[in-house]
Amino acid sequence: MGAAVDTVEPTAAVRRPWIRRFVAKMPWTTRFCASWLIVIVTATVFADLIPGLADPNYQGFLFGDGATNEGPGLSHFLGTDNNSRDILARIVYGARVSLTVALAAVFMGVVFGGFFGSLVGFVRGKTDSTVMAVVDVILAFPGLVLLLTVVTLLGRRDLVVIAAVIGFLSIPPYTRVARANALSISRREFVTAARAIGTKKRTILFREVIPNVLPTLLAYAMVNAAVIILLEGALAFLGLSVEPPTSSWGTMVNAARVDLQINVWPAVWPSLALVFTVYSLNNVGDWLRRLRSVRSAAL
Amino acid sequence: MAGTGKAHLRTGEDVLMTVEDLVVEFPVGRGRTVKAVSGISFDIRSGETLGLVGESGCGKSTTGRAIIQLPRPTSGTVTFKGVDLAELSDEEIRRRRTHIQMIFQDPISSLNPRRTVGDIVAEPLRVWGPHDEAEQKGIVDRMLDAVGVDPDVARDKRPHEFSGGQCQRISIARSLVVGPDLLICDEPVSALDVSVQAQILNLLEDLKAEYGLTVVFIAHDLAVVKNISDRVAVMYLGKLCEVASPDVLYAEAAHPYTDLLLGSVPEPDPSVEIDESLIEGGELPSPINPPSGCRFRTRCDRATDLCTSEEPQMRGVADDHFVACHHPLVAVAG
Amino acid sequence: MAGTLLEVENLHTTFTIPAGEVKAVRGVSFSLERGRTLGIVGESGSGKTVLARSVMRLNLGTNVTTTGTAIFEGTDLLTRSPAEMRSLWGSEMAMVFQDPMTSLNPLVRVQRQVTEHLCRHIDLSRSEARQAAVDLLKEVRIPDPETRLRAFPHELSGGMRQRVCIAVALACEPSLLFADEPTTALDVTVQHQILNLLSREQTDRDMAMVLVTHDLGVVAGRTDDTMVMYAGTVVEHAPTRSLFADMRHPYSEALMRSIPRTSLPSHTRLAAITGRPPDLIAPPTGCAFSPRCPYVQDRCIEETPPLVATEDPAHRLACWTPVGSPEGQAAFQKNLASGLPQAVAVDISNPRPPTRGVEVDS
Repeated sequence: MGAAVDTVEPTAAVRRPWIRRFVAKMPWTTRFCASWLIVIVTATVFADLIPGLADPNYQGFLFGDGATNEGPGLSHFLGTDNNSRDILARIVYGARVSLTVALAAVFMGVVFGGFFGSLVGFVRGKTDSTVMAVVDVILAFPGLVLLLTVVTLLGRRDLVVIAAVIGFLSIPPYTRVARANALSISRREFVTAARAIGTKKRTILFREVIPNVLPTLLAYAMVNAAVIILLEGALAFLGLSVEPPTSSWGTMVNAARVDLQINVWPAVWPSLALVFTVYSLNNVGDWLRRLRSVRSAAL
Repeated sequence: MAGTGKAHLRTGEDVLMTVEDLVVEFPVGRGRTVKAVSGISFDIRSGETLGLVGESGCGKSTTGRAIIQLPRPTSGTVTFKGVDLAELSDEEIRRRRTHIQMIFQDPISSLNPRRTVGDIVAEPLRVWGPHDEAEQKGIVDRMLDAVGVDPDVARDKRPHEFSGGQCQRISIARSLVVGPDLLICDEPVSALDVSVQAQILNLLEDLKAEYGLTVVFIAHDLAVVKNISDRVAVMYLGKLCEVASPDVLYAEAAHPYTDLLLGSVPEPDPSVEIDESLIEGGELPSPINPPSGCRFRTRCDRATDLCTSEEPQMRGVADDHFVACHHPLVAVAG
Repeated sequence: MAGTLLEVENLHTTFTIPAGEVKAVRGVSFSLERGRTLGIVGESGSGKTVLARSVMRLNLGTNVTTTGTAIFEGTDLLTRSPAEMRSLWGSEMAMVFQDPMTSLNPLVRVQRQVTEHLCRHIDLSRSEARQAAVDLLKEVRIPDPETRLRAFPHELSGGMRQRVCIAVALACEPSLLFADEPTTALDVTVQHQILNLLSREQTDRDMAMVLVTHDLGVVAGRTDDTMVMYAGTVVEHAPTRSLFADMRHPYSEALMRSIPRTSLPSHTRLAAITGRPPDLIAPPTGCAFSPRCPYVQDRCIEETPPLVATEDPAHRLACWTPVGSPEGQAAFQKNLASGLPQAVAVDISNPRPPTRGVEVDS
């Protein structure tokens, strides 16, 4: 029939593989930021494969061996610190701590916070008021005190403990974001339509509500990860993060502080890594959120 | 217009659904309630299209949703095929969902933006079967084709790639895929352009004939309601004013409110005389604290003390023409 | 009539978006005399709103280009500086928008919304301004104006808010009022009141008015002239009475026949227009309506018909095969014989045209 004339013509971009479509839409700053994040993550994951790179006490990285407080150069790309340890190696190793803590926080936030928030935003009523009361109590509780208590009780201060506490503390904000979104999505007519079809409530939650909450939550997670990395740095600065000699970007800056007059590099490099990573997470997070809002504007 | 009363209800085997004394109220805090629907009764015969018409805030959409028990009415009965839905448990209601389906006003908001069209239309089948995927696909394709959407083009796309009219077709397909007896259309064409509106109205007429549907058509546009309905019920502020067949209702409106509505419809004909006197702002009273007696009395120029003190009951003015008014515009028969 | 107030010549408005250039208005010309009303009718995407905003220079954003001329009281609006436009808005030309909720500032009381405009253009003391605001609210028939002055927009109903918007627009006695779908968001009884109010104000003040709407019913009894727009172009422009008496463009005719009307019996089959409006990034060659037109001929696809006067010089039309003309009749019969879907769909001799498939717009 003549009707087929008006077929919605897919734009050329639609035919390309999704990853290239994705990248094609990125502004160059976002491409740069995304690349940086990929480099950081890869370096952290594969650090063990490069001899010595992941050993925080490694001195003879690549060429030469350890003079203390060496400036950036060919033997040690980023120089050495006051214990003649290679700064690049410590940054890569430190990224593990920073990124693990951030990942733990985001993971627990998205999974638990996302689930509880979506659930109570969808069912509302008593469940909602109970869960949100608990959330408010946790939000009001000083995180530092909780961390100190746990560390004292367990008598250790390793990565697992720090990640678990920070992860637990990041559940409430995610719950709030998810709930606010689930509330508005549950009022949309496609949720009513699903109920009118006779879909079970649990199915509606997982198939209609959560998929629509998730994109907002992930965009929030990107920004939140940056905050967590900074928080870990602050804790390290207070001496409340992982114990030395394990490095994290925060502990590195903290240690370098003492010798700042002699050698600035041990403080500069981890700070730069921190700034770049936080900025990149923010930038990519913003871009993801814009992408989402453009799509929902088209809805 | 406060009309309560059931003089207009019909009996007989072909009555598919009877709604009696339906009340829907929503709490709005500080002990106050919005009286969205206040005791309305109507019925619908198999194969009939009932038009439910009124201005915003009259409770017509709330009535539609109360029929499918989303949310459940505050009181009153909805007797569908001899069973009172308001009495059933949530699970029993869920099992009857395939019998009554609903189409919503905003065609885009009523489709999940993150799922494909094929997935959306197949959803009811996933709940109710058949569970065989090939069989499901066959049914979905047939249904999309029936509503005028090319299944091969549409299946893997998402709703935002379609126009409003096409989205409305897709949502009609989803509602018909389970073979309902009763279809509730809540302002299905209000968000559409006139040329698309005509396509959807024609489509609904065709599908109704083809699938033997009974339709409750909720709208604010009197011309649209007249075009599609077999019987029209006019609502005002949670009450029923007048019930009649469209040709009778539009020719000799008995209720002053119906008359006001009809006089306000802009006719695409410059030779039709426009009543230029209506210029003051008649305000809709608050549904939290509606007027006593007849609810329309505050805007009615025929109102008397009787209208303040006593609520008018539905009564017949002619064959199959009922009005809830103390001072109707036509003589009351009998 | 006291001469031409607004003369628009060959106006084009283009929006640049990532996907390309959306040609929203494509060469529109019209003129409006003092104290007359012009109705602009079209569906969404026809460019009617963009046209009104282009003339008023209210198109926001850096991605808009408008070319052509719009001579208002002797000077071209399109070449005026933003400062000059600001002094014109409100005092010489004003606009009433579709959504009365979003066009009022929700945090400002009615009184200030109304007097703000007055004060910008005329020097008034506080009490004088207040009195002027009361008078204006009285004029737009708002009951109890003294109390309403203290109200915030959300405390008023939709109809009342639109009355306030009209009061704001009328505050400085403009000579030209654009009403862009002023009643689309309102109930039918309120729409009737607001349209009556606008007509009355227009007559009393001898103000020119452009009424933009998608509803042929709204323009029918209330405008002197009507312009039908499709895909950014004017397809028919005529005195309202002569247009409704004798619709010559196939699109005007089709639009008219697709409207359900209370004067027709229940279950009257509507003659729906097949297909859907064209993509304005790459509009079709020739007549934009040709892909959906029951009268379409080869010439319509090859050559764009100009907007020219018919036998009646006031009735202008852009069509090669107008409705009712011998060419039109011949074209329709030819299309019907060859089974062109859009012709079959509107064939009156066939009481139940096969809608299935024909109306497919996907």
